[in-house]
Amino acid sequence: MGELKHYTFNFGPQHPAAHGVLRLVVEVEGETVISIDPHIGLLHRATEKLMESKPYNHSIGYMDRLDYVSILPNEHAYVMAIEKLLKIKVPKRAQYIRVMFDEISRILNHLLVLGSTSLDMGALTPWFYTFREREQLMDCYEAVSGARMHANYYRPGGVLRDLPNTMPQYESYAWRSPAETASLNANRQGSLLDYIESFTEQFPERCDEYETLLTENRIWKQRSVGISAIDAQRAIALGFTGPMLRSTGYARDLRVDEPYAVYDELSFNIALGKTGDCYDRYLVRMAEMRESNRIIKQCINWLRKHPGQVIADAPKVVPPSRLSGKENMEEMIHQFKLFTEGYCLPEGEVYTCVEQPKGEFGVYLVSDGANKPYRVKIRAAGYPHLSALEALCKGHMISDVVVILASMDIVFGEIDR
Amino acid sequence: MQKPTKIALRNYLKSRPGIQLTENIDMPVIVCPVEDLIALMTWLYQNDQVQANCCVDICVVDHLHYGLDEWVGVDATSTGFERARDALSKRDIHEKPGRYEVVYHLLSTSMNQRYRIKVKLDEPSDSVPSVTKIWPNANWYEREAFDLFGIRFSGHPGLRRILTDYGFVGYPMRKDFPLEGQVEMRYDAKLERCLYEPVQVQNRVSVPKVIRQDDQRHTMSEV
Repeated sequence: MGELKHYTFNFGPQHPAAHGVLRLVVEVEGETVISIDPHIGLLHRATEKLMESKPYNHSIGYMDRLDYVSILPNEHAYVMAIEKLLKIKVPKRAQYIRVMFDEISRILNHLLVLGSTSLDMGALTPWFYTFREREQLMDCYEAVSGARMHANYYRPGGVLRDLPNTMPQYESYAWRSPAETASLNANRQGSLLDYIESFTEQFPERCDEYETLLTENRIWKQRSVGISAIDAQRAIALGFTGPMLRSTGYARDLRVDEPYAVYDELSFNIALGKTGDCYDRYLVRMAEMRESNRIIKQCINWLRKHPGQVIADAPKVVPPSRLSGKENMEEMIHQFKLFTEGYCLPEGEVYTCVEQPKGEFGVYLVSDGANKPYRVKIRAAGYPHLSALEALCKGHMISDVVVILASMDIVFGEIDR
Repeated sequence: MQKPTKIALRNYLKSRPGIQLTENIDMPVIVCPVEDLIALMTWLYQNDQVQANCCVDICVVDHLHYGLDEWVGVDATSTGFERARDALSKRDIHEKPGRYEVVYHLLSTSMNQRYRIKVKLDEPSDSVPSVTKIWPNANWYEREAFDLFGIRFSGHPGLRRILTDYGFVGYPMRKDFPLEGQVEMRYDAKLERCLYEPVQVQNRVSVPKVIRQDDQRHTMSEV
């Protein structure tokens, strides 16, 4: 018999199951993984360095491009840091809008994980289903901000603009009959809130649809039950947050433990798993989507009853309306100063974090009193998750690496920054 | 911070005058000399009243340009915008002691309490003891701090670059590293390989860094 040797191979950097550009150097014995060395940084864009060279508001757009699947919660953490240092109070309506869009983002994110995880395991159908729903939610993003993904919608002090009263409509053309157009526009006749409400009514049914396809599916369970099971203590030591930690049965959710915005006024449950394996992570995400749906419904009810301001009355930070800028000298000066120089933050430092769909997303902001951040450190939720890849994969098969990676919900925009 | 935690912390710090505890707007901040770091971290991790069981984040702050602005302002009123800017990147700025600061963010999930620990370094070559033995996930954070700032962590299991390119030279997040970098890469079709050349782009300050002393924030109305 010949000498037995470990075999080392590359996984990625261009691999559809790597969820971006990730290179794994995998050492195997037979088909069993001995060690994994993730090489990250292939999407490194020096976001933190760029932010140091720009006024505060210019960097909100960078937040969208960090975790480009859950866009608005990233912005939320960043604007919260600025608000905390400036001591601005955000109007309640703006906070409800933020929470509503944070939860829409959570559904968007979890739908993508669900679709791509099943795709990685060879099930194509859920991908098409989840993208059908994602399309509707992206329309909400578009209606409110003008962009389907990189919304750039939150501002220090509130949100850019109030929710629109009309929804954009589909138009007929040569290949789309008027009857077809009318059916596409059926739920777009009212305001954005009506549209979101119609979504929340049908969404639990859609969740049932996914569950019919996957939850009791034999292949799905064979691929995920018992894979990379982990206990809560170890998960905390490895820095896990979000669904990765909750799947172990440990109830930690920043929305409850360190409530921000208006989460303390809303009722929802924390979804928990038991074993912390890939299957539990999937179940936790499914349950979280249903909870998010509930939160969105509560936000809609509140927002319908409480019209009002969506951005704080803070002229040194918030630009004046276009009209008043043309009629009032003071306002024009504010407008000019804000768009050429920005605003200065008091000297100090602050760490703010939000429960982003992937876990704790934090922004550590250091200001030396200037109009640009002195240092911004972005605490990406996926970073500690990926660093624990070796710990989770050791002893599993090569094919499990793909499943574990998918269940971690990795996005390289935020890991590489 | 809960009361027993506060008492435990105060008692611990009483016998250690080098370590300072202050209360920031978001969490308590502990400034610690390098020599005491491991002892402090181990205590925070093990003490029943603190239980800092999770390392949330480790990062570095480079204080080279702290408090310096790029705006000549009043003196340049008659000369116009172009001459009023004084780019920090073009100035010769002397290093001060305590230039680098390693910042640890810790969390106790059981107490629901966060802590910020800071360690000041004069030279990047002053190595900081690694905390990977206490929190295994500190591994990548320390690698990142080494990669971007060149801070050495003694006792780290494999301190190598993580975010930058293979073969990268320099520490890009330091304040004296130019924003546009030092080299640019292109593929040369004739030579059939990648070439690294000095950057062509000029540094340009479009929005100068301004520090305003006339505190506008106090006039801000709150909703």
